[in-house]
Parts: sequence; C-alpha cells; structure tokens
Amino acid sequence: MMPRDRGAALAPAPLRHGAPLRIDLKLVADMIAPGSRVLDIGCGDGTLLGYLADAKRVDGRGIELSMDGVHACVSQGLSVIQGDADTDLVNYPTHAFDYAVLGQTLQATRNPRQVLQHLVRIGRHAVVSFPNFGYWRVRLALGVRGTMPVTDHLGFAWWETPNIHFCTISDFDHLCRDNGIIIEHRVILGRRSESTAWTSRLHPNLFGEQAIFLLRHA
Amino acid sequence: MPLDCGAALGPFTMAYRTYGTLNADRSNAILICHALTGDQFVIDRHPITGKPGWWSILVGPGLPVDTNRYFVICSNVIGGCMGTTGPQDIDPATGSPYGLNFPVITIPDMVRAQKLLIDHLGIDKLFCVIGGSMGGMQVLEWASRYPEHVFSCMPIATAARHSAQNIAFNEVGRQAIMADPDWCGGAYQILDKRPHAGLAVARMAAHITYLSETALHRKFGRSLQDRKGITYGFDAEFQVESYLRHQGITFVDRFDANSYLYISRAMDYFDLAADHGGVLANAFRVNGQGTPVRFCLVSFSSDWLFPSRESRAIVHALNAAAANVSFVEVETDKGHDAFLLDEPNFHQVAHGFLEGCAEHRGLTPPRGPR
Repeated sequence: MMPRDRGAALAPAPLRHGAPLRIDLKLVADMIAPGSRVLDIGCGDGTLLGYLADAKRVDGRGIELSMDGVHACVSQGLSVIQGDADTDLVNYPTHAFDYAVLGQTLQATRNPRQVLQHLVRIGRHAVVSFPNFGYWRVRLALGVRGTMPVTDHLGFAWWETPNIHFCTISDFDHLCRDNGIIIEHRVILGRRSESTAWTSRLHPNLFGEQAIFLLRHA
Repeated sequence: MPLDCGAALGPFTMAYRTYGTLNADRSNAILICHALTGDQFVIDRHPITGKPGWWSILVGPGLPVDTNRYFVICSNVIGGCMGTTGPQDIDPATGSPYGLNFPVITIPDMVRAQKLLIDHLGIDKLFCVIGGSMGGMQVLEWASRYPEHVFSCMPIATAARHSAQNIAFNEVGRQAIMADPDWCGGAYQILDKRPHAGLAVARMAAHITYLSETALHRKFGRSLQDRKGITYGFDAEFQVESYLRHQGITFVDRFDANSYLYISRAMDYFDLAADHGGVLANAFRVNGQGTPVRFCLVSFSSDWLFPSRESRAIVHALNAAAANVSFVEVETDKGHDAFLLDEPNFHQVAHGFLEGCAEHRGLTPPRGPR
C-alpha cells in the first residue's frame, strides 16, 4: 500500500544520500536498531527500506499492494513482494523479523486488530504509525462544520478514501491493552511535527496529528 | 548419471552455449534454463531457423542480463534434440536411436545434468539461475536441491507443480503425435519417417495456451486470410488459423517428436512440494533454517497457463521459510509468452534484482543514492 497520507508539509530530515526523508519515516527509522531484520508492510516506493539499508545496514523486506510501488522497489534492488497486509501476513513464521513495520497503513486494512496481532507475532517488535482521528482539526471539521475531515494527513474525500478504519490515539492504546500488546515507546507528532510540543505532551489525543508506536507482544 | 525413474544414463552429451567471460573468482556465472521447446541458443541465431536467440531481448551486452558483466551459460536439457543426449540419439546398447527406449526423465534429472556441467566448468556457486515456464521449474529445483551453490534465482512465469489443466494440454499434444501413423510407435527414425502432422498439431494446441484471448483478438480478430469473404471450406480461412498452421509447420523443422513427449512428460511429473513431504516451504529449508538463496519471482497478469496464483503460492512458501524474496506481477495482455517478449517492466525488475544481488555478492561496489 502506498502511504495513505498526502502530507508534504512536514520538514524533511537530513538523509545521508541527500534525498529528503519524511519526518514520520525518520522517526520510525529511529526506533529500529542497526543491522536488524525488518519487514516493512505497505512499503510504498521503498523509501524507508532504502534508507534503512543504506543508513542502518538493515536486512529489509517489504510487502506492497500497489504494482507501481513493488515495481519501483524491486527495480532498485529491494526485496519486496506484491501482497496484502490483510491476507499475506499469516504465512510468515513467528519472530521471523526483529521489527515488523506498518507505516500509515493500519487504517486502510480490513481487519486492523488481526493485522496488529500478526505484527507483534512476526516481529519481536512492531512499529506502527497512523493518523490520529482525535486530532483537534479533525474534531473541528466533524464537530463544528459537520463534514468529514480532509486535512494534510487525511487528504481524501470520504467517497474516495482507502482509509476505512480510522482510530484515535486513545482507541489504539485500548486496542493494545486489550490484546496483550506492550507499548514500549510512543512518539506523538503535532502540527509542526514536533513531538516535544507542550500541547502534544499535555493532550496527545487532541493535539497529536500522527502517532508512532513501538510495540511488542506481552 | 542415475535418473529418478531408476534407470541410469551415460555416458551422455551436454550441448551448451556460453556468453561473456567468467571472472577470476568464478563468481559471475548465470545459468539460464530453457523452456519446453527452447534450446541453448539464447542470444545467437538459431542454426536451423536462422532466427535471433529466444531471449536476445533480455540477455546480451548492456541488457538486463548483461553479458559484459556476467558469464551466461545455457545448456540443452537432457531428452532434448539440439545436441544434448535425447531420444533421437544412438543408444550405445543397441546401436540404434533410443526412440522410446530412452529413459523417462524429470525436471530434477535435467538439473542434475546441469550441475555436472557447472562442476565441469569449475563453478562452485552460480550467481543466478534464471528461467521461465519449464525453465522456471528447473530454477526452483536448483534453488531447492543446491541452495549452497546458488546465490540468487529468478523463476519466471512458472509453478511449483504442473496443474491438472496443464497436464491435460500436454496430453493433447502427446496424443496428437502418437495418433500420427508416421510416429510408428516412436521408431520413426529407423523407418525413415517423421510424425510431422502430429507434432505440428501438438505445437498448435500448445501455442494457443501461450497467448491470451485478448492478444489473439488484438492480433487477428476475425480477419480473413488472403480473401474478401468466407469460402465455405476448410482452408485456413481465418488469419488465426493460418498463423497457427505456420507455427506448427515451422516447429517440426527444429524439434523432435519424441523429445516433445519426454520433455512434456517431465513437466507433468514436476511437483516440488510432493518431493518434500507435501509441504512446499520444506523445499526451501536447509537444516531447518530458511534458504540462503535470494529469490525474485515474476508472473504475468494475463498468463493462464502459469497464472500469478502459482507464483504467489511459491512466494507464500518462501515467506514461511523466511526466505529473501521479491515478487512482481507484470501487467500485460500477452499471456504466457510475455516472458519472451518486450515487457519493459519485467526487464527493469530483472535488471534491478540482478543489480541488488551483484551488490550483495560483491560483484559491484555498494551503491550511493538510490
């Protein structure tokens, strides 16, 4: 799956080879230990996998739904298969990877809970990022204007969106708790992509636009 | 060489072609495995038909399988008819052509023979094994049987076992050959006859399975051959009939009917999972660990002979064995034949995969920017 956001407003992080790496991908990469084995589910055009291979000597694999994405990945020498997070994760053995990464894709799966359970089974750790539906602008759109929200990170009209299972940061906390999944670390990205913004710390579910979780099975 | 059927074959001849130069540490060799009616003439003109090599669009200087960088080997399979020992050759035991006395061969037998050739060439580890269709079956067999001697592989438009439908199509071809009175129970060479009609029909039937309905319609539609209207007869009135007849007639000049029986049979017998306790993933495990071989599978969306789901089943098994695998389904309406045709997406994928593997194999320095 290509990343489900159309956000380009975030400040790029410095990348060894010059190409800009989106801040949320950089934060995901920061959670991954050098030299580890990584499965990136919904790896898009392979930006994260390429960065991890170059900068962290990671042994990376990817799953991507779109043919264009797979083609882009394999053509640059990345190990990526055309596949679907909802149907193909079942084939992977337990703890086959150090990290299973699901970036901006959870909300586009048919069965997010099952996908999450597979993530923490396949990976010793899982890294999950998603747009927060509890973000104040989203609430404002729905609560005040009475329309389905379209923001930088939720850039689709309701009738065209591939995002079918939105959740808030609080919802995701509950899902992890109810399924025996331990939250090892959590980064909240605010409007200006500052995880340390006081507003995000004060009330992440209201001021966090995106969330990145490092998880493991209990 | 012992064969799966219990018989032994030998001494036997392997006919092969090489392209490019083997490097000093013998680490840049690529083995190409040909399909049912292919041969070792990958790049250069075919000695009988005069046509360019069957994969000259993919393999050559500056092409995705770059002969400026890699040492490319392709051998005619055992049972074949282009120089490697097959049913048309003389059986040393009788002094007559083998005919149906040739032992029944399998895909693993073909691969064992290729391994002898690779050993003979002094190559311990192939950089890559590449093949489409039946060639892809050999690739899978190589990766499964000799994982320590294969660095990477590309099984293209293939399957881990021949489906009932594919066995059925092969059987139609074989029956067409056997129904030709000139087949003479397989002894046509001694009687100086050739079952050309039967072999041509076999080729015609098979050729349909290599195309797609869309491609056939685009190419021919219901266009008539050299006439303004239908003539109420059984000439090749439609262009598609004329085309198929041409395919059949030209095929018999370069292929032996008994070879067709033997090689098509080898495809039917292929079932990689059955050789590993019915679990395909076990074919890709080495001492309980995942295979070290890097895989890149390619299928074509309109291929109904080896549909994408067959490749996907292999990918799932490889995932279960925690193998390093890439898989691309190329969007095309050209059917099974697409693997031999100008498919830029396929060629880019092949190039990218080989580049990535070359980097990991130390054949090229690590890349900078991606």
